[in-house]
Amino acid sequence: MSQPDTKFGEYGGQYVPEALMPAIEELTDAYRRYVLNNEAGFMDEFSERIEDFGGRPTPLQRAEQLSSRYGVDVYLKREDLLHGGAHKLNNALGQVLLAKYMGKERIIAETGAGQHGTATAMAAAHLDMPCEIYMGRRDINRQRPNVFRMRLNGAEVNPVDIGRGTLKEAISETMRDWATTVETTHYVIGSVVGPAPFPAMVRDFHAVISEEIRSQTAAKLGCLPGSVVACAGGGSNTMGAFAEFLGEDDVDLYAVEAGGSSLTVDEEAGVAPHSASLSTGEEGVLHGARTKLLQDRHGQIMESHSVSSGLDYSGVGPQLSHLVDEERVTPVDVGDDDALEAFHRLSQDEGIIPALETAHAFGFLETTLGPDGDGSVEFEEPVVVNVSGRGDKDLEAAIEETEARELENAPDMEVFE
Amino acid sequence: MPYLAAGDPDFESSLEYVEALAAGGADVIELGLPFSEPIAEGPTIQQAVVRSLEGGMTPERFFEFVAALDVDVPLVCMTYYNLIYQYGDEPVRSFVERAAEVGIEGVVVPDLPAEEADLLREACDEFGLDLIFIVAPTTAGDRLDRIMERVSGYVYVQARLGVTGARESLSDHTEETLARLEEYDVPKAVGFGISTGEHAASVVEAGADGVIVGSALIEIIAEGHETDDSTAAVAERIESLARELKAGAIEGGQRRPRPERT
Repeated sequence: MSQPDTKFGEYGGQYVPEALMPAIEELTDAYRRYVLNNEAGFMDEFSERIEDFGGRPTPLQRAEQLSSRYGVDVYLKREDLLHGGAHKLNNALGQVLLAKYMGKERIIAETGAGQHGTATAMAAAHLDMPCEIYMGRRDINRQRPNVFRMRLNGAEVNPVDIGRGTLKEAISETMRDWATTVETTHYVIGSVVGPAPFPAMVRDFHAVISEEIRSQTAAKLGCLPGSVVACAGGGSNTMGAFAEFLGEDDVDLYAVEAGGSSLTVDEEAGVAPHSASLSTGEEGVLHGARTKLLQDRHGQIMESHSVSSGLDYSGVGPQLSHLVDEERVTPVDVGDDDALEAFHRLSQDEGIIPALETAHAFGFLETTLGPDGDGSVEFEEPVVVNVSGRGDKDLEAAIEETEARELENAPDMEVFE
Repeated sequence: MPYLAAGDPDFESSLEYVEALAAGGADVIELGLPFSEPIAEGPTIQQAVVRSLEGGMTPERFFEFVAALDVDVPLVCMTYYNLIYQYGDEPVRSFVERAAEVGIEGVVVPDLPAEEADLLREACDEFGLDLIFIVAPTTAGDRLDRIMERVSGYVYVQARLGVTGARESLSDHTEETLARLEEYDVPKAVGFGISTGEHAASVVEAGADGVIVGSALIEIIAEGHETDDSTAAVAERIESLARELKAGAIEGGQRRPRPERT
């Protein structure tokens, strides 16, 4: 019988209040039985639902313009075409279904960009479970379309006002709810973070991304990908795109973090103007796991920053931290400006408006291979970029941030009267 | 057993508040070292954490705070694991060594379940500190045994599910949890939601050896801070609530049915 991963080297573990530990033991048991060992046909039901409701498999598409711009074969894994417009549904549907198998009566979740909240609200509506979402006040203002979508699907959205009002605070507040309601409620954590078994379980629900990439490159090109590129905040689409290739040493794996406005840190103010915990973070304990964190020298967690709410987090999944230490995954970072420029390029050249999170992955191609690229990376081909989500939710933020920067490749955003 | 966040709202006032607790009859004082992500705390203590951090509290300042206290009551440090882990050159050990040096007698770490506590247990043994664990209403069976094997000093009995915060009424979980713990020969201190002398009396009557009160005391500080009251006036109110709680606890002990002599 397969057993759950609880630690990744020194990372991971279960650093949570005692009140939650019995629920985490119960969840570990359910994960082992239903997910890892397909008890009661759980994984069969999951696969059927993620196909019929979610629209899997998602295509692997050759990016004609990017391939000729960069002189390498670039393929796009179109997770933006999954129901809801992002990869997030894989995990949300998996966990809500698991909660049902466990006999839980209520679903709670945190959300940053609102993509996980939206996916959870859809999955909960689909499986007829009441659902509450915690979202930082600042993110609510940045991602209003997603707030409406959650409410349309019947979820209650609870604003979180403490701190800076982003993902970190939303996770803390959801954990507080869970500590109160743990007997009846399942917490659908939205990334490969948190106490074990969440990092492994969330990875497993998203592993379908890399399983499909493997069979699609085999069918189309008769080979494995040479490189896989994915953006990384908490790291759920990253681990989903990498999982199947971890044992394939010929496949290079790049995790693109948000470089924000700068990689320097204002320790006095407790602010890191970026979210690059893999590249610059130090080992510590946050939200239930030991992992790489943005923290000050005392161990207080610093506020992160990114133009994209979904990458704006001070921690990262523990397995990614371990894979970076093992030099299996290469962490790189792309700043706000380059991400926005890439957002426009993909929209204009390929006809795909990406999420601002996803745009970071494309920014990495431009900053290395583009006309002004630094040539610092030699990509093994074919290069597969995970298009983790579509950008509809970001239009307001993207227009505002674009106007503030006068980007060269941005279209005229003046509104017709 | 009162709890305050050290340095709330500032270093000097906080010293006076802790001393007021001792004057009010506290038998043990739990001092919070504020962490930026207090996931086990309700709004009252979250705000205290914010005030204290804004006032410049750091782990080193915390130890200076403890050293500067003029009280003759055992002090227990309550904080989150990352601060213990990051302090000094040797993860965990440096923190515990320094804590022992300034006279801390025990530690409680709300985000450290028994499974992850080996390193801290070792350091506490080395420097003679108690390691207090929390037992929740959901803790039972093997888990309870495992925790009770590792606990020292006292066990922190969480009276209800959820986060810290003063409540109007007591939880029904309290008696159940205390009954589960009866067979273990460790002092039991009940916390989460206790705010009045009457609460304290009922909890002690139900078999607790102590009551832990945090948010109700911190609300006094928060109010005083908002209305700009003098430190002395706030300290007086804190001392008076401490007295009420102590009297309640004693009263509860007297109400307890006397064990039959055989």
